[in-house]
Amino acid sequence: MEKKASNNMNLKNNKNFNKKIIAVVGIVVGYILISLLANGDLLSRQFKSLIVPAGINIILAVSLNLTVGFLGELSLGHAGFMSIGAYTAALFTLNMNLPGPLEFMIAIVLAGLIAGLFGYLIGVPVLRLRGDYLAIVTLAFGEIIRSLINSFKFTGGAIGLSKIPRYSNYTWVYVLVILTILLSYNFVTSRYGRAIKSIRENYIAAETIGIKVSRYKTLTFAIAAFFAGVAGALYSHNFGVLRPSDFDYNKSIEILVIVVLGGMGSIRGSVIAAILLTILPEALRAVNEFRMLLYAIVLIIMMLLRSPDLRAKIEENEKLPKFIKNFGKIKEGGI
Amino acid sequence: MVRFLEQFINGLSVGSVYALIALGYTMVYGIARMINFAHGDIIMVGAYVLYVCKSIIGLPSIVSVIVTIVFCSLLGITIEKIAYKPLRKAPSLAVLITAIGMSFLLQALSLLIFGANPITFPSVIKVSPIYIGSITISGITIITFVVTFICMIGLTYFVNNTKAGSAMRAASEDKPAAELMGINVNRTISMVFAIGSALAGVAGFLYISQYQSLMPTLGALPGIKAFVAAVLGGIGSIPGAMLGGIMLGVIESLSKAYISTQLADAIVFGILVIVLIVKPSGLLGKNSIEKV
Repeated sequence: MEKKASNNMNLKNNKNFNKKIIAVVGIVVGYILISLLANGDLLSRQFKSLIVPAGINIILAVSLNLTVGFLGELSLGHAGFMSIGAYTAALFTLNMNLPGPLEFMIAIVLAGLIAGLFGYLIGVPVLRLRGDYLAIVTLAFGEIIRSLINSFKFTGGAIGLSKIPRYSNYTWVYVLVILTILLSYNFVTSRYGRAIKSIRENYIAAETIGIKVSRYKTLTFAIAAFFAGVAGALYSHNFGVLRPSDFDYNKSIEILVIVVLGGMGSIRGSVIAAILLTILPEALRAVNEFRMLLYAIVLIIMMLLRSPDLRAKIEENEKLPKFIKNFGKIKEGGI
Repeated sequence: MVRFLEQFINGLSVGSVYALIALGYTMVYGIARMINFAHGDIIMVGAYVLYVCKSIIGLPSIVSVIVTIVFCSLLGITIEKIAYKPLRKAPSLAVLITAIGMSFLLQALSLLIFGANPITFPSVIKVSPIYIGSITISGITIITFVVTFICMIGLTYFVNNTKAGSAMRAASEDKPAAELMGINVNRTISMVFAIGSALAGVAGFLYISQYQSLMPTLGALPGIKAFVAAVLGGIGSIPGAMLGGIMLGVIESLSKAYISTQLADAIVFGILVIVLIVKPSGLLGKNSIEKV
C-alpha cells in the first residue's frame, strides 16, 4: 500500500519534471526562433521592427489580464502605469552614466518598482469600490498621471523626452516576456491566484471564507502595475523618444482590446492576441483607418457572444462546427 | 473682481452643458445600473448631425436642431437595443466593455466619414451679447442658460408628475416589482435612453456653438467630466446631476483661470477620486446597501 503511494508520488513528480523540461526546451527553441527571425532574411525590415512592440504588448496584455481576467475588475489606467515606468526608466538612463546593459537592467527594475508602488497607492483608496466606479477611478488616475507628466518640467512637458538610448532589442524583450508569463502563470496558479479568482466569482462569498478581499485586490493591482512599468521601460528605450500623448486613454483601451480578444482569464490567449493585434494593423497598412473600427467591433462582438441568450442558441444549434461554439466561451477556472 | 465674475459665469455656462450630459448618465445608471460610455460620443454625433443639416444640406437652424435631437434619441434607443439589451443578465464587466466598444465604434465611424482633421463650424446661435457694467455675457452663454433651464424644469416635471415618469422611478427602484405592477420595463429603459440621448443631442448643439470645431473625439472628454459631475452630485439623482454639473463647470473654469490650464483636468479628476473615497454616494445621492 505504502509502496503504491510512493510510486504515485514518483509518477507525479516525474510528470511535473517532464513538464518543466518541456517548458525549458520550449523557451530555448523560442529564443532561437526569435533570433533567426530578427537576424535572418525571413522577415522584411518592417516586420523585424515589430518584434519589440509585440513583446511589449504581450507584457502589457498579460499584466492587464491579471486585473481584468483573474480579479474581474476593469482597469482603464494601464497606460498610466506604463507611462510611469517609461518616464522613470528614461530619466534614469538619461541622467546616469553607467555601462549600457547594467544601466538598462537597473532602469527596468526601478521602472517596475515605481509603477508598482503607484499601483499600490492607487489600489489603497479604491479598495472600497467595485465594478463601474473602480473602472472610472482607474481612468481618472490615468488621466491625472498624464496631465501631471504634461505639466512637469523634468518630464519635458508636452514635448516629452528624446535622445533616450535605444537599448531595447529582441533579447531583452524575449527574456522579459518569458519572465512575465512565468511569474503571472505561477501567480494565478498559486494560493494567491485562487484567492483572486474566488473574489472574481463572488466577492461576498470569498470574504466569508476569510479571504482579505482588499489586500488581494491591492496586491493584484500592484503586480499588474509592476509589469506595466517594465513594459514602459522597454517602450521608452525602443524608439528613443517619449511623449505624454503616447499614453492616453486610447492606449489603455488598446491593451484592453488585446485582453478581450485573447480571452479574459487566459494568459495564452493574451499572448496570441497581442502578437496578432501588433502585426495586423501593420500588415493591413492600406486600411489603417479601420483599425479603431476593428477594435470597437472586437470589443462588442466578444462581449455579445457572452450574452446568456445567444450562448444558449449557439450551443443548441447542432449544425455549427465545434470551434465556433467554443469561441468566446467563458472558461471555468482555466488559465 | 470683474475677471472672477466673468470666469464664474463662464463656469456656469460650461457647467450647464456638463449638467445636461450628466443627466443622461445619471438616468441611465439609475435604471440600467451601467455607465453608458457611449454617452459622450452621442454629443459628438449630435454636433456632426447639426453640421450636416446646417452647412451641407442647408436647413434652417431651428429645423437642424430638432433633427439633431431626434437623431440622437433614435441613436440612443438603437444602441441600447443592439448592444446593451442582450447583456442585461450578463456580468457588469461585460456590459462595461461593450459600452467602451460602442464609444469606440461611434468615434471610428465618424473618423471614417468625416476624417481626423477638425472642421470649423460657426455657431448657429445669433444672439447679441449683454453688457452689465464692465461684464460681458455672450449670446451663446445666455442661450445655454435658457435651454438648460427649460430642459431641467421639463425633465423634473416629467419624472415627478407624469405616469411615464413614475414608471421610470419605479423601474429604477426595483425592476421585478415594477414588472409585477404592470410596467413595461423594457419600454421604460428604451425611453430613458431616448431622453438621455436627446439631452446629449441638446448638449452637443450647445457645446459645438461654444467651441465651433468638430472632431471625432470631441465628445470623449466632456463625457467623462460629465460622469464625474454625476458622481459628484450622487449618481441616480436628477437634482444631483444638475448641481454636480454646475459645480464642476465652475471649479474647472476657476482652476483654469487661477491655478493652471494644464492641471485643470487633473483637478477635475482629483475631485472624483476624493468624492469616491470620502462620500461614494455623492452630494445628494442615497446610500445603498448591497444585500447577499
